[in-house]
Amino acid sequence: MNPSLAVYQGMKRAGINFVTSVPCVNLQELLALVGGDPEIIHVPVTREEEGVGLCAGAWMAGRRPALLMQNSGLGNSINSLASLNILYGIPLLMIISHRGGVGESMVGQVPMGRLTVPLLDAMTIPHFEPQQGEAEETVAQAWSQAAAACRPVAVLLDLEFWRGR
Amino acid sequence: MKRIEAIALAAEAAAAQNALLVGNIGFPSRELFSVRDRPENFYMLGSMGLASSIGLGLALSCAERKVMVLDGDGSVLMNMGTLATIAHHAPENYLLVILDNCCYGSTGSQPTCTFLGTDLFALAKAAGVKKVRLVERAEDLAPALLGHEVVVIVKVGEGNAPVPIIGLSPEEIIERFIRRARPALPSGKSRL
Repeated sequence: MNPSLAVYQGMKRAGINFVTSVPCVNLQELLALVGGDPEIIHVPVTREEEGVGLCAGAWMAGRRPALLMQNSGLGNSINSLASLNILYGIPLLMIISHRGGVGESMVGQVPMGRLTVPLLDAMTIPHFEPQQGEAEETVAQAWSQAAAACRPVAVLLDLEFWRGR
Repeated sequence: MKRIEAIALAAEAAAAQNALLVGNIGFPSRELFSVRDRPENFYMLGSMGLASSIGLGLALSCAERKVMVLDGDGSVLMNMGTLATIAHHAPENYLLVILDNCCYGSTGSQPTCTFLGTDLFALAKAAGVKKVRLVERAEDLAPALLGHEVVVIVKVGEGNAPVPIIGLSPEEIIERFIRRARPALPSGKSRL
């Protein structure tokens, strides 16, 4: 299956109905699917941390939120994930295009690429790295885990995933 | 006017409209807690800059409910992109109140750029927010809060009222807030 469609179907299975996003080239098909879905409120934001705030408010009002971003945006969101989501117990599904790994052509992506997993581990945020055939199931389960624990959860999707190895 | 006077007027307007009210981190939330605590108040204890964003997420998710945000000049300057997002995505039930005291009031009144002339009214307008109002006198604030503005900027003096810290845990703040923000949720059900 097309990798973007698999992620989208996982979001639909999880009942995600509120999405904020900052684009990555690898997210463009997924963003188009989300943007065209009348059941999902989609707010493109100016900075990932802003999306963390929007998603927190949406969850408090009863929605199921997801933040779509590149891993660079994780760095922009650390304080709010800690002092908003983790402090109050607010779940969030983060769908992250994980740049800076094997096959990366942009040298600027490498430092944050290497730091992404250590940052998530330091914050005790669970993270999943599905193979292509597993994406729908993994995304749906990631939200279930976030909702059950009232914590943020990350799904990391690297270059190989998007290339459909 | 003093900031706590503006906060008291905003809290009154929120109560009159059964509105959800997001209070900014630091003394603004403490002052709000002391003048008019309601379960519908969400007191921010961290995530500086995100009051306007949390309120926008709430407003988009419960269209029939008024959502008000008490933000500050330093916090809006930290998350200035929020003005552009609000301009294009804020629904009619959303109101951002920026209490501009020209300083970081909770950390010792260090001046912000609004002290040096940065104009939040012009910034909001330039970001594309159509309904922006500037309030400088206390008697003009109550009508502004009951109107149809999206952003209201209130000039207030520097200094904090001698109020205690908020006597609620984060869990208490969010549990009671959610019960009021999700009226359809049957009692006893999980908040998930």
